[in-house]
Amino acid sequence: MKLKLRIWRQAGPNATGRMVDYDIDGVSEDMSFLEMLDLLNENLTEANQEPVAFDHDCREGICGMCGVVINGVAHGADKMRTTTCQLHMRSFEDGATIEIEPWQAGAFPVLKDLAVDRTAFDRIIQAGGFISSNTGSAPDAHATPAPKLEADVAFDNATCIGCGACVAACPNSSAMLFTSAKIQHLALLPQGQPERYSRVKSMVAQHDAEGFGNCTNIGECAAVCPKGIPLESISQLNKDLVKSLFMKDGK
Amino acid sequence: MANILTTHQRAVRSSVVKKVIMAVTGIIMIGFLLMHMYGNLKMFQGPESFDGYAHWLKGDILYPIVPKGVFIWIFRFGLTASVILHIWAAVSLSRNTLKVRGSGYQKFRPQAQTYSARTMRWGGVIVAGFIIFHLLQFTVKVITPGFDPNAGPFEMFLLTFQQWWMVVLYAVLMVVICMHVRHGFWSAFVTLGANSSPRSGKILNWLGIGVAVALFIGFMLPPVAVLLGWITN
Repeated sequence: MKLKLRIWRQAGPNATGRMVDYDIDGVSEDMSFLEMLDLLNENLTEANQEPVAFDHDCREGICGMCGVVINGVAHGADKMRTTTCQLHMRSFEDGATIEIEPWQAGAFPVLKDLAVDRTAFDRIIQAGGFISSNTGSAPDAHATPAPKLEADVAFDNATCIGCGACVAACPNSSAMLFTSAKIQHLALLPQGQPERYSRVKSMVAQHDAEGFGNCTNIGECAAVCPKGIPLESISQLNKDLVKSLFMKDGK
Repeated sequence: MANILTTHQRAVRSSVVKKVIMAVTGIIMIGFLLMHMYGNLKMFQGPESFDGYAHWLKGDILYPIVPKGVFIWIFRFGLTASVILHIWAAVSLSRNTLKVRGSGYQKFRPQAQTYSARTMRWGGVIVAGFIIFHLLQFTVKVITPGFDPNAGPFEMFLLTFQQWWMVVLYAVLMVVICMHVRHGFWSAFVTLGANSSPRSGKILNWLGIGVAVALFIGFMLPPVAVLLGWITN
């Protein structure tokens, strides 16, 4: 396959970025999107040019490290749930022009080219996305009964890999889908109950403090989420937060 | 500032709480619109019915619990408070979000958003402008194209909408309002936690569309009937 790439190049956090055109030949349709970028970087290195910086790690769609906006869609796939690494070149036409941009949000500053700083997510998790318990020998599996229905929804929410596509796609740069998934997967299980209401307060507060926008229930986030976290999670977060305001936790 | 507040205080000041304020006040206003639309349909029952209803609204509600003509002021106070809180929440949230959001992709292909959702901010500004115009026309009566300020409610309605351009103007503005209501209704209930399953999400979406369409038809029927000469003195 022969492709025309238009890639956002930005030398550093404070540099001005711009789209740069590259032609690439010899792309196999079995390559993943990241392998295609690897090939481009190989070519650039051989031509003594600066390779394109992008984040990646497991390349299996489970770590949440990779992610770029491809042709105007976060992770690049229309109506299909995938991460950038699991998007394959067979999804593109031979000779196509592909535009590649980094996630855009005030809270996700560009580090270089396509790599952005997503430590804001870590700080939201640190604010309350955990349960406090003594470590020691593992408790018996049936020691704490968890209702199947709630456990299933909790598990669905727990599949969030924190890639940031929800923020990238949101016209408000809101991280509510991420925050709600991280809150919901604990709020629905018995182990998450003791800190349920202090958690929702501190994580929502941290979300706002990090400079993410407010949610307007548009739904772009859920449409691009590679793990299919539903918009319902945000609705349930709102419900929990309103309830929490009548609780003493965090006062 | 942030570090001297407790977690609870930070949560109270969060965007989610402002959204809840916007949702509750929005639902109050949608309720008012539905009631207003229902009242307007009394145009089809003739002058006595319409004028009598208008008179009752301004005079007799809750009488004798409150003196005559007092309820309308309680009502106006509540509605004005809703409007102010709604706008305050919208301005406060939007100002922050417009400041912190991304600067815009070279290319962006929407996957889910509706036109209504995308135009909530500007739509809201237009709706606010319309409400001011509407009040100046029919409540304060300083903009009175086609009717005398001393005219009764039925006559006022009749003379206004016998002018085709007034019907067109109101039709266009109703489209803007109904689009705002379509996403607003959905968004309000989602914000209050009603979106609990894919099914309830779908129901809420269709309810929003239903309320918006009902408002448009209900509000436009009397003016169109007046224009076509179905309602006369």
